[in-house]
Amino acid sequence: MERIPILKMGDCLLVTIQMDMHDRIALALQDDLTTRVSTTGARGVLIDISALEVVDSFIGRMLSNIASMTRLLDARTVVVGMRPAVAITLVELGLSLPEVQTALNVETGMELITGAAFGGAGSNGRHSD
Amino acid sequence: MAHTVAPQTTEIVSRNERQVLDAWVQHQMTNGTLRADLIDQDELREDSRRFLSLFLRALGDGGSDIEAPEWRDARELLASLSSSRGRRGFSPSETASFVFSLKQPLFRVLQQEFPSDPQRLAEEAWNLSLVIDKLGLYTTEVFQSGREQVISRQQQEMLDLSTPVVELWQGILAIPLIGTLDSARTQVVMESLLERIVTTGSRLAIIDITGVPTVDTLVAQHLLKTVAAARLMGAECIISGIRPQIAQTIVHLGVDLSDVTTKSSLADAFAVALDRTNRTVAPKRNGN
Repeated sequence: MERIPILKMGDCLLVTIQMDMHDRIALALQDDLTTRVSTTGARGVLIDISALEVVDSFIGRMLSNIASMTRLLDARTVVVGMRPAVAITLVELGLSLPEVQTALNVETGMELITGAAFGGAGSNGRHSD
Repeated sequence: MAHTVAPQTTEIVSRNERQVLDAWVQHQMTNGTLRADLIDQDELREDSRRFLSLFLRALGDGGSDIEAPEWRDARELLASLSSSRGRRGFSPSETASFVFSLKQPLFRVLQQEFPSDPQRLAEEAWNLSLVIDKLGLYTTEVFQSGREQVISRQQQEMLDLSTPVVELWQGILAIPLIGTLDSARTQVVMESLLERIVTTGSRLAIIDITGVPTVDTLVAQHLLKTVAAARLMGAECIISGIRPQIAQTIVHLGVDLSDVTTKSSLADAFAVALDRTNRTVAPKRNGN
């Protein structure tokens, strides 16, 4: 079965989704990711979905589930590079994913994870400092 | 069909086409329907001649139903006359009376032909009158549909023009909204804002609603959707330009804007945006 590779960079895990997400791939990713976070003790998970063109409510739920699960394992998840069409679709589906942190690109996403980023963007619109 | 112009009548008129045309042009020039400032005599005569000949041909071939294919040439001529005259400043009723004024000369000719048969005369005059009425109304219809096209095109243009996304500073976008927000417009606003966020890589977007006259639950929902979509892409939205009345309405409607940063003026919002990107505006020191 196809699996999405998970790369480890320091204490951060990197996931790039470059294929159409089927429900089974999504579930496998959820499984793999939580296992890897707990075995490596990673502090951050960065999911790049800039190549993802189609989403449904299941994928939306999965993203927010992953964020909640990794938070329980003490790692923050940042979703980066969402396309405008995908964002509109998720909002129209009623999934505004409040528990997921977002960033424009991998660079700002990494800043967010390493704590160097400014407080505002993507963090629920609230100031953290 | 009961109200069909008899072939004989068509034949009578065709025989007297020249006389009808002269009388018609004369009639148009004397009874005040001619706009001498907008059209000259030669052109009027040429228009009248072309229409009369097409009218008679169609009447002979196709009968009284002006929707029939035989009437296509006559209809096309009327349509082009109606639109060209409309552009020149004729009112639709002036264009229609161009057609209606054909009645009098036609009836004159019939009167000459049936001096001793008033019943026949009345019958044929009535039938001709019906056809001419339809043609006159047709010019008005064409005029109206032309106007409608203009209106819908302008609506589209307004939609495109009314949603500019401007870059206030590197990484700070602003979108000043003016006019009522409906679903279609919000869609355009959302799409153009998100596209610009991608192309400029901006982290902050200020949505200024100073020009939005009223905010109801639907508008508020649209705004919240835009904010949520921008957040999903990693940009934060600040809503500015909330007037006191609108603040009151929002609270009375029970709309929850607590997750969104709101400021009363665009300047305040810009200051917040600069602050979040770790920038500051400082007064220039003397001597520099």
